[in-house]
Amino acid sequence: MLGFVVKRLGAMVVMLVGLSITVFLLFSVLPADPARLTCGKSCTPDVVQANRVRLGLDKPLTEQYTTYVKGIFAGRTYNEGQGVAEIDCPAPCLGYSFSQQKPVTELITEAVPVTMWLALGSFVLWMAIGVTGGVIASLNRGRWLDVALQSTALVLYSLPTFFVGLIMLIVVIVQFGLLPYPDYYPPTQDFPKFFDTMLLPWLTIATASAAFYVRLTRTQMVETLGEDYIRTARAKGLTERAVTVKHALRAGLTPIVTAAGLDLGLLLGGAIIVEQIFNLPGVGRLAVGSVIDSDLPVITGVTLVAATFIIIANFVVDLLYMVIDPRVRLS
Amino acid sequence: MTAQSTGPATAAGTTKRAFLELDDLKVSFQTEDGVVRAVDGVSFALERGRTMAIVGESGSGKSVTSQAIMGLHSRRAAKITGHAWVDGVDIVTAPDAELRALRGQRMAMIFQDPLSSLHPFYTVGKQLVEAVQAHGEVPKAEARRRAVSMLDRVGIPNAARRVDDYPHSFSGGMRQRAMIAMALINNPALLIADEPTTALDVTVQAQILELIRELQAEYNMAIVLITHDLGVVAESADDVTVMYGGRVVERGGVDEIFSRPSMPYTWGLMSSVPDMEADRGKRLEPIPGQPPSLINLPKGCVFRPRCAYAQHVPDGRCDTERPDLTPVDDGHDARCFLTLDQKRTLAVKATGTEEVA
Repeated sequence: MLGFVVKRLGAMVVMLVGLSITVFLLFSVLPADPARLTCGKSCTPDVVQANRVRLGLDKPLTEQYTTYVKGIFAGRTYNEGQGVAEIDCPAPCLGYSFSQQKPVTELITEAVPVTMWLALGSFVLWMAIGVTGGVIASLNRGRWLDVALQSTALVLYSLPTFFVGLIMLIVVIVQFGLLPYPDYYPPTQDFPKFFDTMLLPWLTIATASAAFYVRLTRTQMVETLGEDYIRTARAKGLTERAVTVKHALRAGLTPIVTAAGLDLGLLLGGAIIVEQIFNLPGVGRLAVGSVIDSDLPVITGVTLVAATFIIIANFVVDLLYMVIDPRVRLS
Repeated sequence: MTAQSTGPATAAGTTKRAFLELDDLKVSFQTEDGVVRAVDGVSFALERGRTMAIVGESGSGKSVTSQAIMGLHSRRAAKITGHAWVDGVDIVTAPDAELRALRGQRMAMIFQDPLSSLHPFYTVGKQLVEAVQAHGEVPKAEARRRAVSMLDRVGIPNAARRVDDYPHSFSGGMRQRAMIAMALINNPALLIADEPTTALDVTVQAQILELIRELQAEYNMAIVLITHDLGVVAESADDVTVMYGGRVVERGGVDEIFSRPSMPYTWGLMSSVPDMEADRGKRLEPIPGQPPSLINLPKGCVFRPRCAYAQHVPDGRCDTERPDLTPVDDGHDARCFLTLDQKRTLAVKATGTEEVA
């Protein structure tokens, strides 16, 4: 079991290294010239060339990559010994955004908590609604409640996020004024405002996801409810509740946990549309802004962080397998 | 020895009921293709300490019958009529809560495939503890102690350690022993064993049957043994009920059935069993044809399409009329139009058995 964890951790590190190389290369071959982006309208070819040398962009790619990685672990200083004002970028340095005049790491650490609250809140909502709905549908298989739940889920699942989000925004806030216009405050600072702002984004993301989990849970439950060990559980005289939850749902949990873990990891990398609609200063909006401004260091940083979340989520899901299914521990 | 096994007609109503008594039990399922009459009027009686074997092919209704006794059919999916009394409680009409209290406590069940019948994600011990705690407030430590001693009783070596193992790390025979331990942990009076040895190695089969017999004596249990293996029947049963197409086609004491089988289907079952003493050149004779569709039963005798002896019955009665269950002897009934003499002579030809009586 320990061997398994170590092996998975090793694989995770290899993936992260591979990922960073890929992302780095990808953005190096982009037509946008990072040196050109360091100065605005006042750029002259001389300034651009000088900036290119200062940033080390004239060096070979391998050296640029090692400098970048070194920056992540040890930090780096821009303009060192260049006779210009030095810019300090402490570890973990993911680069410096010249258009926002801030280290990328700082921009991302400001954005991550917002996205995290968004992701966690909607995650709790959609899992609670989705799994409960799926269990109820499976227990009423073929009856009207099942049909109603399934068709509602199908309709909600088919609606695009930007549509649901905009409709909620227009109806709840603009039309009826039930909630104030979204204005993000951290929960520690002003919880009621935080809650009012997050409620609709949570619901928007949870709508489509819950619909998916209703269907997934139902499928799993219908399968496990037909298993022999369910008959055994009934033959033991267990209550239907224990049979349903402790035996059927427990056995069908693996794919649900897999999907949930990956969905959460994906969401932690930023919810571009929802953050945009509800004006949340999260990772998704940071990504959109940096793409619009061609702010390459930020795009690279966000991509790396988002991908890291997914890799970590994968790792956590693998660990959870062992907790859920004892048969995995053997192999 | 078959005196107690006569139809419930004598026991039902006025006199004291048998411990387990089925009276005209019918189970049908509504499907898209029509109504499936899986069990169509089964009656028998069984006292504690005795074993009733229900024999038949797949689809004969034997498993549906056993699950009806346990009250395991969903009332939404299955339409059940008639009576199934267990210790005076009619399973057919009892409320769910009462059924649940009976299940796992007064009556228990073991299944064909112990691997798929045990939950893969819980240790064997946890599943046994759960069975104990489903029927009363028993502290966990006490329940666990009972689980270990029960596992030990059914012959699981090193029970105190193995109690924390998962079913997948048990061998097939050990799993079935664990299933038996789980079924018997609350000391039930009725055990339903649905093909308990079918999925096991031949060498293990005998051990499991022996274990069941020992435990039956120890707990004074009534056992309903569902099987298609006549060898198992001969070894373990007191009484036999042969089912075909959802009905009882023959019933009686085990010696009666084996010495004087009185229905062509029973003869067929017997001649499909390999005989160690027979010529090696002699081929096994399977029963020709398929079991009937339970949605569209054939007109007349249900076994008629596969019966090689219908021409012995005059006027084509087998094609038009359903035979009743009629006495062959005291406590021995069969559903067949052949005369007693015909049954006797044809049975010898069909099964090669020498008539004992």
